[in-house]
Amino acid sequence: MAGFLIKRFLQAIFVVLCVTLLVAYAIRLTGDPALMLSQGAGSVTEDDLARIRTGLGLDRPFYVQYLEFLGGLFTLDFGRSFLGGTPVNQLIGRALPATLALALASLVVSIVISIPLGIASATRQGRWPGQVIRVLSLVGLSFPNFWLAIMLVLVFSISLQWLPPSGMEGWQSFLMPALTMGIILTATNVRLVRTAMLETLKQQYVTVARAKGLSERVVLYKHALRNCAIPLITYLGIQFGGLLGGIVVVERVFNWPGLGTLAFQAVADRDYPVLQGVIVVLSMLIVLVNLIVDIAYGLVDPRIRTE
Amino acid sequence: MSLIADRPHSRWAVFRSFELVAGLVLVGGIGLAVILSPWLFPDNGMGVNLLARLRAPFSDWSHILGTDPLGRDVLGRVVAGGRISLLVGVASVAGGAAIGVFMGLVSGFYRGVWDMIVMRFADVQLALPFILLAITFIAILGGGLFNIIMLMIVSQWVQYARLVRGQVLALREREFVLSARSFGVSNFNLIWHHLLPNLLGPVIVLITLNVATNILLESSLTFLGLGVDPSTPSWGGMLADGRTYLQTAWWVSVFPGLAILLTVLGLNLLGDWLRDRLDPTGRTRQ
Repeated sequence: MAGFLIKRFLQAIFVVLCVTLLVAYAIRLTGDPALMLSQGAGSVTEDDLARIRTGLGLDRPFYVQYLEFLGGLFTLDFGRSFLGGTPVNQLIGRALPATLALALASLVVSIVISIPLGIASATRQGRWPGQVIRVLSLVGLSFPNFWLAIMLVLVFSISLQWLPPSGMEGWQSFLMPALTMGIILTATNVRLVRTAMLETLKQQYVTVARAKGLSERVVLYKHALRNCAIPLITYLGIQFGGLLGGIVVVERVFNWPGLGTLAFQAVADRDYPVLQGVIVVLSMLIVLVNLIVDIAYGLVDPRIRTE
Repeated sequence: MSLIADRPHSRWAVFRSFELVAGLVLVGGIGLAVILSPWLFPDNGMGVNLLARLRAPFSDWSHILGTDPLGRDVLGRVVAGGRISLLVGVASVAGGAAIGVFMGLVSGFYRGVWDMIVMRFADVQLALPFILLAITFIAILGGGLFNIIMLMIVSQWVQYARLVRGQVLALREREFVLSARSFGVSNFNLIWHHLLPNLLGPVIVLITLNVATNILLESSLTFLGLGVDPSTPSWGGMLADGRTYLQTAWWVSVFPGLAILLTVLGLNLLGDWLRDRLDPTGRTRQ
């Protein structure tokens, strides 16, 4: 177990190192931040530029700057925004809860929909509900998330005028963004619940539970569902990256004050420290969640460790 | 994680062929419209007519799906936009699959340091969702068709490499490969004639599904203003424009999205059908 933990941990560190190196290098390709900072400042001499570079530490070799950036990661210091000089970690600290809240709400929506549907489709396999759910799940997989968001706005905000079209105020504002990502996650989760359920229902303890005369509902939701939990939780870990990627896009439609909106604002303003901070935080989150899921899975199922 | 593929039941056989027929009709129909678009819509959906702004759909035979805020025909723009989507989907997958299959064959067959480098590289790329990678690089290098296709190739070849590598590892110990080897077949012939034909099935499934994924990705990026140049008609671009007129002209936002949905659905139906034929052990399941 210790070997597995160390190996998995080193892998995660390697991934974070590569992502940060890639992003830091890519940002360097954009040109001289000193020139960008001094734009619109009137007449700028070569001396001024040199002073800005020394001030920002840009006159030192790339590897020194990169190591410093890495060192900053440990104290969650991502530098300052080019605009206004707000520390990047403050901006991220404000936006991260909004994104995580939306991620959580989407997961809840998806779990609430996909477990009953997946079970229904597994227990009525050859009959019409199974097939209808299967087609619907393919349709759900094919939806562009941002278009689904626009369609929800069209129906619930413009036609029915039930829900606010954008922003994050009150629980109502959560409904449409969470439903958008929830529906898209459900499309894959229904299939997952279905396959896991089909496997579980073949097990002997299910037969025993039925033989004891337990009601079908207790057998399905208490005995079978609990044993499906492990593959489901693992898959939620794998999905997490895709979920965050989707949220970044959907935030844009709903003007949600999260990391996605922050990133696009940074792109528009060419505010690279902010962009760099957001990307690094998002990828670290994804790596962390996957690491936790893998370790949890390794703890529960010893076969995984030896792979 | 092993997920057992759905085995076809007798009753399901009907549904299987429904998947194939529906997939072929959708993909074939949209493909045909896109190929014929220069004759069907000679103006490429670019013809501005300010006297016919925001016409509602189904009210005028010359603009069945209505017109946009500049009086351009929505149907014409949807068909013209399909060119971009299909081009990005096909080109990016062709590039990614070619590189990935080659890398997977080499790293699975020769193993060693090369294998380790490819697989660690794969870990990194799988950890970073494409959309984040794309935002970073497009913010820096700029958007445009070529950059998007290149980004997709760079981020996706890994999927094919992993798939192929896993299969090569299983196939190389099989009797027919061992016997071919004992007859002194060269490594190149072994890979080309004995391994490659036996692992193409799942690769074809992945290719079909990834064309669908990439059409979705391209439209997302263009919608966000990070993709194809706004002056070219594209589904994502039309949706971005249409948002402003959501209150007054729903059709400008509905039809391009419907085009994306139907194209991607057609490809997913085909991919699902192919998976049952070509990938019985379900290796291409996510």
